[in-house]
Amino acid sequence: MWLRNNALAASAALAAVLLASAIALIAFYVPVDADQGLSQKIFYFHVPIALTAYACFGWGAWKALRHLWKRQEGADLESYVAIHLGVIFGAMTLLTGSIWARASWGVWWAWSSKQLVLFLVLFLFYCAYFMLRFSVEPGPRRANLSAVYALFGVVLIPISFLAIRLAEDFIHPTVFTSNGPQMSGSMFFTFCVSWAAMLATFGALYRLELAGKRIDARMRELRELLA
Amino acid sequence: MTSGEKYVAAAYLVVFLTLLVYVVIIASKLQRLEAALTDLVERVRARG
Repeated sequence: MWLRNNALAASAALAAVLLASAIALIAFYVPVDADQGLSQKIFYFHVPIALTAYACFGWGAWKALRHLWKRQEGADLESYVAIHLGVIFGAMTLLTGSIWARASWGVWWAWSSKQLVLFLVLFLFYCAYFMLRFSVEPGPRRANLSAVYALFGVVLIPISFLAIRLAEDFIHPTVFTSNGPQMSGSMFFTFCVSWAAMLATFGALYRLELAGKRIDARMRELRELLA
Repeated sequence: MTSGEKYVAAAYLVVFLTLLVYVVIIASKLQRLEAALTDLVERVRARG
C-alpha cells in the first residue's frame, strides 16, 4: 500500500541507489580492459543506455497498441512520455558512443558501420514523431496518428539491434554473441547493475513526467469547467 | 590526466548533464503548474 502511494519516490530512490552502485563498481571493482584500456569503461553506461532506449521505444509502442486496441484511458499520454524519454536516452547513446568511437577508432562517427547508421535512423524516426504529434490538434485524431506512428517505429528496433550480426560489421564490437557475453564475470555483473540502474532511471523519470502531464491535463479540465 | 581518462570523464559528464537538464526542465514545468494551481484556487475563492 505504501509503495503504491509513493511509487515515484520509491522508484527515484531505487534509481539513485543503483546508479551509485554502478558508478562505484565501474570506478573501483571492474578491471581495466587489457585491449582498449580505460576508455572501455564507457561501455558500462553506453550499452545499458542504448538498451534502455530500445526499451523506452518498445514500451511506447506497447502503450500505443493498448490505445488502438483496447482504447485504454491515458495510454496515448503514456506512449508519448515513453517515446520522449526514448529520444533522450537515444541522444545519450549517440553522444557517449561518439566519444567512445573517438577514443577507440580515432573518429567521432563511422558511416561505414551499419549499426551506428541504423541507430541514427531509429533516433531520427522517433524525433519525427514529435513533429507529427504537434502538427495535429489535440484529440482522438492526434492520439490515433501518434499511436500508428509509434507502432511502425518498433519494427526498426530488432533491425537496429541485429544489424551488427546481419551485416558482419567489423568496426562496432560484438559483445553478446550466441555463445553468451564475451567478457569476464565481474564485467558482466557490473554491466547488469548498470543496465538495472538505467532501467530504474527510466522508470523514475517516466513516472515523474507522467505525473506532471496528468496534473496539467486535469488543470486544463478544471479551467474549462470554471470558464 | 590521460586521454583515456578524459574520454571516460567526458562520456559520464554527458550523461550527468543530460539527466540534469531534463530534471531542471521538469522542475520548471512543475513550478509553472504550481503557479497555475494557485491562480485557479484564487478564481474559485473569488466566485465564493
